[in-house]
Amino acid sequence: MKKYNLNHLRELEAESIYVMREVAAQFENPVMLFSGGKDSIVMFFLARKAFFPSRIPFTMLHIDTGHNFPETLEYRDWLMKEYDARLEVKYVQDSINSGKAVEEKGFNASRNLLQTVTLLDALESLKVDAAIGGGRRDEEKARAKERFFSHRDEFGQWDPKNQRPELWNIFNGKKNMGEHFRVFPISNWTEMDVWQYIYMENIPIPNLYFTHKREVFNRDGVWLANSPYINLKPTEDIEMREVRCRTIGDMTCTGVTLSQADSLEDIIQEVAASRVTERGGRADDKRSEAAMEDRKKEGYF
Amino acid sequence: MELNNDIVVKQEYSGKDTGYLDMELLRFTTAGSVDDGKSTLIGRLLYDSKAIFEDQMDAIEQASLRKGDEHVNLALLTDGLRAEREQGITIDVAYRYFATPKRKFIIADTPGHIQYTRNMVTGASTANAAVILVDARNGVVEQTIRHTYIASLLQIPHIIICVNKMDLVDHSEEAFNNIVKDFGAFSEKLDCKDVRFVPISALNGDNVVDRSRNMDWYDGPTLIYLLENLYIANDHNLTNARFPVQYVVRPQSNDYPDYRGYAGRVAGGVFKKDEKVMVLPSGFTSEIDAIDLLGTELEEAYPPQSVTITLKDDIDISRGDMIVREDDVPNVDQDIDLMVCWLNERPMIMGGKYAVKHTSSDVRCMVKDVNYKVNINNLDHDTEDKSVGLNEIASIKIRTTKPLFYDSYKKNRITGSVIIIDEATNETVGAGMII
Repeated sequence: MKKYNLNHLRELEAESIYVMREVAAQFENPVMLFSGGKDSIVMFFLARKAFFPSRIPFTMLHIDTGHNFPETLEYRDWLMKEYDARLEVKYVQDSINSGKAVEEKGFNASRNLLQTVTLLDALESLKVDAAIGGGRRDEEKARAKERFFSHRDEFGQWDPKNQRPELWNIFNGKKNMGEHFRVFPISNWTEMDVWQYIYMENIPIPNLYFTHKREVFNRDGVWLANSPYINLKPTEDIEMREVRCRTIGDMTCTGVTLSQADSLEDIIQEVAASRVTERGGRADDKRSEAAMEDRKKEGYF
Repeated sequence: MELNNDIVVKQEYSGKDTGYLDMELLRFTTAGSVDDGKSTLIGRLLYDSKAIFEDQMDAIEQASLRKGDEHVNLALLTDGLRAEREQGITIDVAYRYFATPKRKFIIADTPGHIQYTRNMVTGASTANAAVILVDARNGVVEQTIRHTYIASLLQIPHIIICVNKMDLVDHSEEAFNNIVKDFGAFSEKLDCKDVRFVPISALNGDNVVDRSRNMDWYDGPTLIYLLENLYIANDHNLTNARFPVQYVVRPQSNDYPDYRGYAGRVAGGVFKKDEKVMVLPSGFTSEIDAIDLLGTELEEAYPPQSVTITLKDDIDISRGDMIVREDDVPNVDQDIDLMVCWLNERPMIMGGKYAVKHTSSDVRCMVKDVNYKVNINNLDHDTEDKSVGLNEIASIKIRTTKPLFYDSYKKNRITGSVIIIDEATNETVGAGMII
């Protein structure tokens, strides 16, 4: 008998596409959160598959901290134009100017937490009823208990102890006025799956993920990129190193990896051999053991 | 627009297998009662398959020190929420990932306390396999019966009974055989297709990933070997063609002015190009014009693929409709009997009205009767008590506002399952398996 069996990437792909179509069917005004990182890029291409030959029916929403790698923004604009997608950008700087958010001080100052203010404001002003995000359950402990369809109250908050049970592949997107959902179509993907999929599907990605020479400095064991947004300590020296980004976030808190990987095959081998999680280089997660859970409760991505 | 090579890098897939591309996905759930070593077993699987990273290990070492634990507490790896860490218990279903060169695994890790039956049902709903732990010293206990019953009710195709803590019964073959015998005595009453037994010690790693040197009498496979080799290709229904329409793709663009595609996930059977199909509820027939997956045309589609089907005739089809084969239609009915597991503090109301989701269709229903309730600790049926509360399982009758196109849950886990929603709170309050 012929074997009707999908490999793991095709099965994950089918699941994610199914979830995205549920969002399009169950909600009136969904957006897809886009950061320019590899997870949101994979989501973008999954959404294309889900609705082809139609355009992606979601507006892409980018919360711009003002601290991005310039390459990320250039890639973002190329992608939207190339695939005729709608993009909406909201700026953390605007939240700071209007007094809704206050800039952090000190050496580890980052706009990571402030994004939540801008994000919740954006969801409210755009009347969004579902925000699709690229969160994965393997990233972090608090995310391991996240649902595909995650309910948020009228304050945008997550109540992890009162989540709706999620059975089979039947998703309950019912809600009251003012509430919204966060939806995570790639919940079941791991970092390795994301890279393999990019490899298998020839997905274009920003050059930041491949090895390049960059000015970096070492802080608490993490290599950070030198940028105008960072306050150097007197003991910290700038060095030129061959690095690549394993995740892409703000320049202030995204660690880079010393690496010479210049092909996807190399990256996959590197991920396979890695003994540190990808978020291990994220200064924002190191603040406390429950850092991610606290941010998520408040309405973070 | 030109591809800007400075910023945008697109590398062509060389076709070179990096060694990780062609793996199967196996989803399994773990069940066990408090203190039977479930967290240790999961920690062991993750640790021995090298899925635990150094920074994760550092974090739990530090947390163990702070709490004053003597050993590194592997259970901390799986306790995700602050409340869980503080109370030292697992509250919610957590998902874990690891891979071996053969398969990628998703573990739905569910707490074993009786009040969390709803979590086990949730974790079991998508599982190919259930790993149920039994403490070798205690043998088959109430919890074992409950966990196995839920696994059979949810029709998990493969059940693996891990007899744990074999080190505490001197690795005795007799102790293991007695448990196998006791288990057989009650599981006969259940509908379990494929049951395996493995004697293990999660603490010492015996027969989990590495073969035990302490149990020469056991010549069966280790747990990881079983998980890697269970035959899962038949876990989907490949016989009865079912395609619930999820979304209608209508680009109305210059390139595709008349394109009308029906997007969905194949729920059963195999659909082939040019094949004759029928659409429910209208009963109109047509032929499959194409099966699309982003511009790639497929010759056939099977579960669990997500595809877009176009038909040769213009028929009015919308979300909630189902494409099937003319000679093999599902049941079409408004009066439905189902096994329900109640998931909410607010008990089920007899005569109450609820929203129901079934594949891609939304209907409402009224609860007409409770046929019987199941005592999940001894499997007795109670036909007198008509109340159904949190974590209880019962056979009930409902009447829906519109007919459902369904198969029995035994025949198809996708077209045979429903969720019940309280319209006042929008919460999912019941999980239903159609009889």
